[in-house]
Amino acid sequence: MLEVSGLRKVYRSQRREVEAIRDLTFTVDDGELVCVVGPSGCGKTTLLRCVAGLLGPTGGAVRLAGNAVTGPPPGMAVVFQEYGRSLFPWLSVHDNVDLPLRQKRVPRPRRAALVSEALTAVGLDGTQQSNPWQLSGGMQQRVAIARAVAYEPSVLLMDEPFAAVDAQTRAELEDLVRALWQRLGVTILFVTHDIDEAVYLGQRVLVLSASPTVVQDELLVDLPAARDQLHTRADARFTALRARVYEQIQAAKGAQPNTAISS
Amino acid sequence: MLRLSGLAGLLGLAELLPRLGLVDDDYLPPASRIVAALAAEARTAAFWTAVGDTLTAWAIGLVIACTLGVAAGVLIGAVPVLRTWTASTIEFLRPIPSVALIPLAVLLYGTGLGSTLLLVVYAAFWQVLVQVLHGVADVDPVAEETARSFRFSAWARVRHVLWPTALPYVFTGLRLAAAVALVLAVTAELVIGAPGLGSVIAVAQSSGAIATMDALIVVTGLLGVAINLGARLAERRLLSWHQSVRGEVAG
Repeated sequence: MLEVSGLRKVYRSQRREVEAIRDLTFTVDDGELVCVVGPSGCGKTTLLRCVAGLLGPTGGAVRLAGNAVTGPPPGMAVVFQEYGRSLFPWLSVHDNVDLPLRQKRVPRPRRAALVSEALTAVGLDGTQQSNPWQLSGGMQQRVAIARAVAYEPSVLLMDEPFAAVDAQTRAELEDLVRALWQRLGVTILFVTHDIDEAVYLGQRVLVLSASPTVVQDELLVDLPAARDQLHTRADARFTALRARVYEQIQAAKGAQPNTAISS
Repeated sequence: MLRLSGLAGLLGLAELLPRLGLVDDDYLPPASRIVAALAAEARTAAFWTAVGDTLTAWAIGLVIACTLGVAAGVLIGAVPVLRTWTASTIEFLRPIPSVALIPLAVLLYGTGLGSTLLLVVYAAFWQVLVQVLHGVADVDPVAEETARSFRFSAWARVRHVLWPTALPYVFTGLRLAAAVALVLAVTAELVIGAPGLGSVIAVAQSSGAIATMDALIVVTGLLGVAINLGARLAERRLLSWHQSVRGEVAG
């Protein structure tokens, strides 16, 4: 289980302090797919980096399976929004997926199997020897997803992974994430600014307030587990849920705490 | 083709200027005579020994400078404290022209290879170091975070993120250093008299073999061109993934 309790993050520079996150508390159960959505600039990425152990919180704690997260924990993989910068351009697609496994000291035969399974799972057979920059944006993000999947994480963090790809590719990648999640039983924390995406993907949606950030609302997505772009998005329940998230985000934007940043 | 015709034009000019009496042909003989002198030189063993000496000093100096430059650059770049701590020292030492060290070099190493190496290494080292420092500073924070999130060790981050990022800069530094190293190798030989093309040029000048002297000067230029071409070729092969090279390979 992933527990975030009383998380607070203040960025300090010489001139001023910016309170990015005020007080976030939530949990994600093993095998759950939770989406985090909020108005732009609400500290979603800060939250994700704290959970990933890439950023130290100012207050509160992140716990993974009971252990405090003080650095990147084992068994966690992150898919970043900036796939072009997150993949290593000097390595082939195969080597990009393989390198974290080598660092994890996975034996060679097992590595070969994991890499090819992961690339097959994301629909990238036959691109192993290409360089990432020879592929389209959507395919590059597939490589990044394959890299994370091959790592066999128990928790997968995704930071607005589809914000930079076109709408059709995005729909395909959303279905890919749902399919992988159902097949692998991995816990996923998916950060997005897209309300539809959050409702379509998640079992649960956390709505964050504007900065300084707290949990504004939390809702269970009671849609059937088998979802598809055409029918799920036309479903009355889907429309009702997205309307609620939309209202909450509007409310979050409207109710700017008057204690906001003074500089 | 255009480049070659430019070179032909230069040769034509070098032929015409002395023949028209615009420059003194005692000191700058027409190109044809310089070429003839070059052909004659190329048949002597002494010439090839001199070329060998110069290239040896150049290569040894370059290897030392690059090794030191890369090692120091990666270390300084990877440890922020070191960077702050060394910044002023680097800014003080770097502008000292290598040739100003000639007297010191002679006192330390006499007129042998050691003196030439000191000058070559000093001049080439800064070229490499400064480029490596730029390269190390160019590491993409997202790439670095990716490596950290997959729990790469510090060494693995240097090896797999920092080094490949810095590599194009290293090559630029190497190319600049290779050119500077040749300049300093010839200078040291010319001024100190260490064995090599420079000292042969000095001997040719003092014995009045002007066409030979000019021919040897041309040889230093040719070496420079060859070194630059070689460095570019190596760069293109090893950095095929890099933006600056991609187009040339793919297109």
